[in-house]
Amino acid sequence: MSVLVDEGTRLCVAGITGREGTFHTLNNRNYGTNVVGGVTPGKGGQDVEGIPVFDSWADAVSEVQPNTAMIFVPPRFAADAILEAAAAGVELIIAITEGIPAHDELRAYNILRRDHPGTRLVGPNCPGILSPGKANVGIIPASFFEQGNVGVVSRSGTLTYQIGNEIARAGFGCSTIVGIGGDPVPGSSFVDILDLFEADEQTELVVLSGEIGGSAEEEAAEHIAEHISKPVVAYIAGFTAPAGKQMGHAGAIVSGSAGTAAAKAQAFEAKGVRVGRTPTEAAAIAVEVLGGASVGA
Amino acid sequence: MDLLEYQGKQLFARHGLKVSSGRAVTSVDDAVVAADEVGYPIVVKAQVLIGGRGKAGGVKLASNESEAREHAGNILGMDIKGHIVRTLWIEHASDIASEYYASVLLDRSAKQPLVMFSTEGGVDIEEVAEQTPEKLIRHHVDALQGLSHEEAAQIARDGGADADVVDGVADALVALYEVWLQEDATLTEINPLIVTPEREVKALDSKVSLDGNALYRHPENQGLSDKENEDPLERRAKEEGVQFVKLDGDIGILGNGAGLVMSTLDVVSQAGGSPANFLDAGGGSNAETIKQAVDLILANNKVKAVLVNIFAGITRCDLVAEGLIAAFGEIKPSVPFVVRLDGTNDVEGRRLLTEAGLPGVHAATTMNEAAEMVVALAAGRNGVGAIA
Repeated sequence: MSVLVDEGTRLCVAGITGREGTFHTLNNRNYGTNVVGGVTPGKGGQDVEGIPVFDSWADAVSEVQPNTAMIFVPPRFAADAILEAAAAGVELIIAITEGIPAHDELRAYNILRRDHPGTRLVGPNCPGILSPGKANVGIIPASFFEQGNVGVVSRSGTLTYQIGNEIARAGFGCSTIVGIGGDPVPGSSFVDILDLFEADEQTELVVLSGEIGGSAEEEAAEHIAEHISKPVVAYIAGFTAPAGKQMGHAGAIVSGSAGTAAAKAQAFEAKGVRVGRTPTEAAAIAVEVLGGASVGA
Repeated sequence: MDLLEYQGKQLFARHGLKVSSGRAVTSVDDAVVAADEVGYPIVVKAQVLIGGRGKAGGVKLASNESEAREHAGNILGMDIKGHIVRTLWIEHASDIASEYYASVLLDRSAKQPLVMFSTEGGVDIEEVAEQTPEKLIRHHVDALQGLSHEEAAQIARDGGADADVVDGVADALVALYEVWLQEDATLTEINPLIVTPEREVKALDSKVSLDGNALYRHPENQGLSDKENEDPLERRAKEEGVQFVKLDGDIGILGNGAGLVMSTLDVVSQAGGSPANFLDAGGGSNAETIKQAVDLILANNKVKAVLVNIFAGITRCDLVAEGLIAAFGEIKPSVPFVVRLDGTNDVEGRRLLTEAGLPGVHAATTMNEAAEMVVALAAGRNGVGAIA
């Protein structure tokens, strides 16, 4: 098994006809993901290398029955694309788009919660989800990952690759790699994904990669103590970030003591979750827990 | 994007929130003219994006022209925790019966708007939250319903607002919520929200943060913020769409993705180095972005060595390599570079760099190795790693 995406995934892509949308959709298909369609208003009836394009999500759902949507449209159209896919009945929506206004995210999140409680949103501003050997939805460079028993969940895209790659270098593979994104209102939180890994037979250990800002890591620490029986190893980026400076992600803002990397690391360690000080150290701890080569200190 | 007090108050006024009349000025003479217009007594207020300006002497009461002239002269040019005062807000002084506190922000944990209100305004609200949390009302608003007047009045009553101003406070809270919603703010805060002896409810200060991702919907807000006090390099980076934060060290950092760049800063620090900047070239960065990024990093003459750390997903390593080659062609850096390329098209990227044979460029295979190499190079130790 794995979580969220696998051989049963039927992917449809909003923004398939854009330059980036086309490139990554075809990458996903080349990996083996079952891409059944795309949606671009006004381009229904066309195709992208044999993938049919529809005018609307309703058309796509009635013609090719996707169960997973990938959102690759520009920020100003993204919230509406998410809601349209949900209204058409798609169960899993993975939003890659970066730079969506926070109020749009808030509105989309709350409409989903009220009107489509069965729909799961991952992202926005995330690299997508990869279940090695099964399916890749998004922009994660899949060739760096092997199939295995480590679940990875991360707020940062490139950091996800870094950690997944360190694990692969140590000879271990991943069940699924989930990028939840670094925006103020993520559709899925660490807690949501931890529950999925807890229930997944293939996953034996979870690596959680967080960063400064917000309280998602602190909430994950509480949740792990009460609900997660599998070992979890954490990494936090931003120990040397100066207070009060915003570093790229809307989420990565440090102000005062709460939300700092040190506070987050402390929250995890207080609940018995080991924290690596570098991506390499986090991967090494994971390998040690899994019974691989032991590491010092 | 944080706004200056007077810019925030102008947004407040646009949404019907009461503020004192005032003028923004940049010279002593204009301050005196403004004071005559709004009428004495006046308050001269330094416009800076940093707290504690009152304690630093940046807010002064003046009851006549000579006082206005003296205070304006003293405050203009003042350095308040590294922020130089270039603009003054001249406002008619208000009589104050009570000082309250009000704010609206996005609660990322609850994923709902949060309205906060307290009758203990005029002081550091974090202290109130810590020492007397029962005096700070926290009320989540349904994002899809908005804040009604009845709901706002209940918040005012719960917080202990005087009975005769509950209605006025509710009006202020609703207006503050509308500013937050309609201007795409992530935070709107008033401290203090005052009640005058005439029982009028007014915003005496403002703190507003706007969402940069939503500025396209608000062309009228695009010129706001404290442009003059921005670091010139940070301003240039913003214009070029690169996330750049200047730091105090001597090792330039260029990476892709905020998380990886933050992690790179940590790893360089752990290796004993001191980063000169945070620079996230972003997802899908192309050769031109990389060239601009190198230019930005090297514009800081403290930089002694540069670390390029790329793990490419949406980015393509071959384009990063092309950007570096183009940058070296134009800029001819005099400091060494350590380059680590992994991810999409990494083999091609490394091949391009090797073939170009750029002077002073060292290849690293892992992030830790790259950090150690760049720290050694910045410290003037040579002979590390192979020339790419």
